[in-house]
Amino acid sequence: MMFLINPNKFNKAADFLIKPILVLSIILFSLGLLFSFYLSPEDYQQGSTVRIMYVHVPSAWLALLTYAIMTLYSIAALAFRIPFGFIINTAVAPIGGIFTLICIISGSFWGKPMWGTWWVWDARLTSVAILFIIYLVIIFMNLSFENRVVREKVVAIFVLVGSINLPIVKFSVDWWNTLHQPATISKLSKPNIDPSMMIPLIIMTFAFAMIGLVIAILRIKTEIISRKSNLG
Amino acid sequence: MSLRFQRLLLILLTLVIILSAVLLILYNTRENVSYFYTPSEIDKLDIVINEKIRIGGFIENDSFNKISSSSFKFKITDEKASILVTFNGILPDLFREGQGAVIEGVFVDNDNFNATNVFAKHDENYMPASIKEDLKDTGYWNKKYK
Repeated sequence: MMFLINPNKFNKAADFLIKPILVLSIILFSLGLLFSFYLSPEDYQQGSTVRIMYVHVPSAWLALLTYAIMTLYSIAALAFRIPFGFIINTAVAPIGGIFTLICIISGSFWGKPMWGTWWVWDARLTSVAILFIIYLVIIFMNLSFENRVVREKVVAIFVLVGSINLPIVKFSVDWWNTLHQPATISKLSKPNIDPSMMIPLIIMTFAFAMIGLVIAILRIKTEIISRKSNLG
Repeated sequence: MSLRFQRLLLILLTLVIILSAVLLILYNTRENVSYFYTPSEIDKLDIVINEKIRIGGFIENDSFNKISSSSFKFKITDEKASILVTFNGILPDLFREGQGAVIEGVFVDNDNFNATNVFAKHDENYMPASIKEDLKDTGYWNKKYK
């Protein structure tokens, strides 16, 4: 498992893995779109609008997952002096930011016909908006600072401070009254979703994860090269 | 204790302290963080006439009255208390009796609420339309899905 913290070993593993992951992402994504558009039923209340969920929910999960990964790597980088953590922070922040943006935009498209509004300032929507702003700040911090050593430490500390938002996003629907519905799928109870709708949701989640992983591998490799040649 | 574990401890401790600070702030301002009040929470509050407020609950069964094509009267309830609402405007697609909704507006007096916005609230249940028909046919249609 050293390829998760060592740039050279990561490069080797990445060269080996990128093609299978790319193929897998294409297969999963085509399959997921097929299921979302044609092989899944209409909802008893939402009709066809339910299909927005197959984009909205995976991107929301992956936005949170990306940030959680950055948090773990920031702790590793700061506490155990593993510089690969700084590389991860620089490389995957835009991916998480885009997932958050997809989540927000697809959510608005769902909200307009279902709730009757594009946007409300309830706890869930506001905390996700804050997550997006945090991602933006990380991206811009990565572009600023002349001194790389200072920059990556400041970014890692900011990532850690921002990680406090994660449980707030996750539990906002349970802690406060929100317009956003509570979680459908949780570990403790049987999901309130029919299997015919669960299948496209799961396929799309893995498809999004694989697409994100391909982009992440490419960005991490680029970041390693630019650091080796002292461009970063 | 090695230096790296001291650093780890310092980071985790800092995170815990900041998180508890943030959660304390959020807990003590939860009435403002919450997007809406339920009708029974409204009963305990001091109602300020003509101040904007949001109420969330279910549309009470058999309470919906269409006064004109864009003017409606209905009751919003949480099964402990209910509030009479009047609304002029366009209702969202999901709006119907028994359905969750959040309404925004002002109290014109202690019992009458004048809504400026109505949002339908969707619950966390997802079900194919065909199953709804099956459930109705076999008599297993559960009211709480409505």
